[in-house]
Order: sequence, then C-alpha cells, then structure tokens
Amino acid sequence: MTEPNIVIRLHEVRRIYKVGAERIHALDGVDLEIRANEYVAVMGHSGSGKSTLMNLLGCLDRATEGRYELDGHDATKMSGGALARIRNEKIGFVFQSFELLPRFNALKNVELPLIYSRKAVWSRRELARKALERVGLGERIKHRPNQLSGGEKQRIAIARALINNPSILLADEPTGNLDTKTSEEILGLFDRLHAEGQTIIMVTHEADVARHAKRIIRMRDGRIISDLPVHLDPATGATAGGGHSS
Amino acid sequence: MKVLLLLPLLFVRLILQSMRLALTQIWANKVRSILTTLGIIIGVASVTAVIAALSGLKAKIMSDIETFGTNRIFIWPRWPETGPKKHASWRVIRFMPEQFEGLLDHCPSVACFSKVSGDSDTVRYGERAIEGVRVNAIESAWHRIESRPVTIGRPFSFVDESQGRMVCLIDPGLRDKLHMNKDPVGDFITVGSYTYRVVGVVELQPSFSFIQTGQRGESYEVFVPFKTLYNRDESWFQVMAASKSPEVSDEAKAELTFFLRQRRNLKPGEPDTFQVLTIESEVRTFNQIATRFTLVAGGIVGISLLVGGIGIMNIMLVSVSERTREIGLRKAVGARNSAILTQFLVEAVVLCCMGGLFGLLLGQGLTGIIASIPKVNLDKAYIPAWAVAMSFGFSAMVGIFFGMFPAIKAARLDPIEALRHE
Repeated sequence: MTEPNIVIRLHEVRRIYKVGAERIHALDGVDLEIRANEYVAVMGHSGSGKSTLMNLLGCLDRATEGRYELDGHDATKMSGGALARIRNEKIGFVFQSFELLPRFNALKNVELPLIYSRKAVWSRRELARKALERVGLGERIKHRPNQLSGGEKQRIAIARALINNPSILLADEPTGNLDTKTSEEILGLFDRLHAEGQTIIMVTHEADVARHAKRIIRMRDGRIISDLPVHLDPATGATAGGGHSS
Repeated sequence: MKVLLLLPLLFVRLILQSMRLALTQIWANKVRSILTTLGIIIGVASVTAVIAALSGLKAKIMSDIETFGTNRIFIWPRWPETGPKKHASWRVIRFMPEQFEGLLDHCPSVACFSKVSGDSDTVRYGERAIEGVRVNAIESAWHRIESRPVTIGRPFSFVDESQGRMVCLIDPGLRDKLHMNKDPVGDFITVGSYTYRVVGVVELQPSFSFIQTGQRGESYEVFVPFKTLYNRDESWFQVMAASKSPEVSDEAKAELTFFLRQRRNLKPGEPDTFQVLTIESEVRTFNQIATRFTLVAGGIVGISLLVGGIGIMNIMLVSVSERTREIGLRKAVGARNSAILTQFLVEAVVLCCMGGLFGLLLGQGLTGIIASIPKVNLDKAYIPAWAVAMSFGFSAMVGIFFGMFPAIKAARLDPIEALRHE
C-alpha cells in the first residue's frame, strides 16, 4: 500500500495538550503525505500548530492519536531510544538560532550527530569535511561559532543536519535571524540541496521565503487549510507571479 | 550475538567520549571547577594526611618493637585475682630458681631464657662515684634476648654463674663516666658495698622513640651474674625469654604456662600465679587498635568529602540549567537519555576524581610537612597505597552519588522545552 517514494505519511494525527482541565488541540486531525525530494513550506500564524507539526515530524514529540509513518516505519509507537535513533539517522534539523555549541569549532559541531551514531570514530572527520564542503564551507572549519558570520553559522548547522544523509531536512525559520542577502544565500543553498535530491520541509511565515518551496501548506487552528503547489498558492503565487517557481 | 559483543565496546566508547567532553567542559570553566572541587580537595588532603601521620606513628612504633625484638617473652610472678592464693604471702607467689630447671627441654618453642632482677646502687671506681646506676642481675642468655652482645672482654662463664662469682659487665657510658680504660677488663669497681672484677663491656642500650625502658635521661648499667645477687637475699625475680621465632610466640606462651603450672604445683582450675606476656601478642593488639583508630579518624575526616559532594551537586545543577539548550540540541540530533545521563554523571565523577588527585598531591605535601617537624617522631609518615586507592574510590563514589540527581534531571529534559529555553 505504501508507495516506495512516500517519505512521510500522517493519518488523522491529533496532538492534544492538557492544560489544567482544558484540552488544547494543537493538531486536530492532520492528514499529510510527503514524497521523496519534495520541497515543502509550512506556513501559518503562531498557534496554528505548525511548530507542533514540525516537532512531530522530527520525532521530538509523539502524536496523541493517529498514525505517523516515516520511511515506512510507524513512529507512533516507538520507544524513546528508537525515536532518538530515528532523529539521528533520518532527520536533519536546522534551527532559527543555529544552536551551535560555542566551545566546539565548526568541524566538531558538524561531527556532533556522529557521536550518537554507531559510525566508526575514524570516519567522522572525513564525513564532517564532506558535509562542510557540500554547504560551501571548505576552509573555515577550525573556527569557533563566535568567529563566524550568521550565514556561516547557518551553513555549519545545515552541514550538521546533512551529515547522516537524512531522509528529511527539517528547517524551522532557517532565515529568521539573517539579513536579506544572507537569507537569499541560505535559500539558494536549500534550492541546490533540493536539486541534488534532498527532501526539505521548512516552517516559515514569510511569503518570500516560502516562495522557494515547491509546495505550500497553510495551517490554522491545528488543521491544514490549504495544500497547493507554489504557483497556485494565493499569497506566494499571486504576488510573485510564479517568477520563482522553477 | 554480534550485538552482544558490540554492546560493551559501545559502552566503553560512550564513556571515553563522555570523559573527553567532561574534560573540555571542566577546562572551559577552570576557576569554577577548582572552587567546586575545593571541598573534595581539602577532604581528601586531610584524610590522607591523617592516615599518613597515623601510618608513620605505627611504622615508628613497629620499628621500635623490631629493634626491641618481636620474639621476646616476659614472665613474672603475679597474685591471681581469684582463688585461695589471692592473699598469699609473697614467699608463696615469688619464683624459685629450681622452678625453671629443664625449661628448655619442656618448651621446644623457647630458644633461651634468663632469670633477671634489678636494683640501683652507687658505683665507685677510684676517686669517682656515680649514684643511681642500674644493677642488672642476668644470665648469659640475656645478651641474645636483648641483642646486646659483649663487645670487649667476655660474657659470664658457666663458673661465674654457677658459683655466683663477684664479676661484672659494664656499659660503655659507665666506663667513660668513670674514666676507666677503653678496655677495663681486670679492673675492680665497687657497687654498693661489694667489689666486683670487670670482665667485659656490654653494647649500649639502643634508643627508642616511644618505648620507655624504665630509666630517664642519662643512666648507666652494671651487670652481675644472676646467682651472685640472688644468693644474697633470695629476693623477687622475673624471667625473660625468646621464642624461636615471632610466629611460634603463642606456642611458646602455651608451653611456658603449662610448664610453670606443673612446676608451681597449680591444680587444674586454679588460676595462674604468674603472667606470661609475648611481645608478638602485644604487637597484634597494638596493630588492631592502630587500624581501628586510623579507620575512625579517616571516617571522621571523610565527612568533609560529603560536604564537598554537596558542592559538586550544586555546581552540576547549575551546569545542567546553563546547558539546557545544548541538552535539547543533543537530543534533537539523536542523543538518547542514557547518553545525556552518562555525560553529566561522568562529568561529576571526573570532577571529583580530579579533586581527589589534587587532594592527594596536597595531602602528600602536608605529609612532607608533618614528617619534617622535628621532635614529633613522625618522620616515617607516608600515604599507604590503600589510602590512595580509597581516596580515589571515595571521590568517584561521591561523584556518582551527588552527580546522579543532576544527571537524571538533564536526561529527563524534554527536547522541545529545552530548545525553547532562554
């Protein structure tokens, strides 16, 4: 039943928080399928449930109800340890504030996920170097984060996310802390990774950023209210005239 | 099967990685780490210094006893605490020389023995007189028991002893004080109202740090054959003996007790009218007391390690709270709870063990200072290997015990919350 190129499949997923006696439906019945090598932007106001969806897709959180399949594995009933392994091997996170460890240099930061994988110690350095080259940071690998610019920091974070060749790259407002020019550079990098075959899911509230994706999902009150290719989306498609859609 | 083989390897790798991380972390917060471990450092330093001082004291006393002779046995008459002889006359209780005849044949663990008695008197040689000289009545075996051979002249002969001849041995101090020849053999000295011919010089009494040998300050000795003195007043005497080795001291004591009870016609059930004391059993008792004392003292000072542990827990809690985002990130990139737990636990243990190491170095310094203080007789103070092992073991245990709570706290952090932490 599962088509081979479907990476993510959500079926009737609910995430309910209990605050006191109240039950808050952060996700209220979400159905979603994402195929390999898609580039998806998730948009919505704060409180729309997009962060909850990202946490769920990233296996940082579990659905209260429904079913989540990642690469054909049911993640709904996995143990904490199994989820940690999924995060390590199948998911790459990119955060708005980079989340680099200040005491480690670029190379060490990129190597971090390998510490928790079963990859041999001697292969780490090489893998990290390759990942850094992939994001266009071949030289400044011995620098610490505080010696690098915002764009360079985000590139390191992306290299870290890519090091285990994840099934999906999850980016949460990846350009939120960057100026316009640097943002464009990072989005250009995403475009290139997408062209190389990487599946990317990105949360953003900026239409200019979302326009880089090929598919726009809009959320409100824990539900998906629209799910359209970028040139058909009312906001991005109408204002940009499909100029960025290739 | 492959997984089973792999697991310990992975565990070792996790520990090694955590140790590297911990060292990085400690290095990054040098001042804080030093201040935090100060409690452990001082605790370990004081424990080891106390143990070193006590070990030094013990070593000193043991070396005294070694010089003194660990195979030595003392036997003296004593009123029993119960029975009809409790209030007996001293004539009943005292030893008689014939009670010791054939002792060596019946007590195979005893190497030799000497009846001894003592007095003090004025010694004169020519114009010179010295008061308060110890007069020891001995038999020739005494030299062997006391390890004080005759260095000039000869010991008492069989004839000297059996006839109770008026001969004597003196110690070199007395010879010099009396301004006698270097070789005084053949000279006559007067002890009290009796005149003796000097036949030899006995080696000087070795000096001890702790054992009091009955005389204070400068004192001189003159030795006469046991029988010479005994023939005069048939007074109270004691017996010194040596077992063939310290190991057979207990057998020697049993043989002597059995032999003397027979010779002194004690009925079965009747209490002993004498006391047999072996140095070996005294050494054992002393060792037990010393060990107990060391443990108690170490334990009391060890409490300061617990105080140090609380400091460690405090700083680890601060560290967890400071690094909340880092913990969140590590979890997001695939760290299991157990990996986070190990990381913080190892950090606490490494911190404590480093404290233990510095504490040992400081303790070694203190020990050196203690050893160099003159006149306290602790120049043999040293930190025994078991104390080094114990210090590290205890430090590691403090680390595990007090690091556990912060580590569990870190491991249980929710990654989403942690990444949102400011």
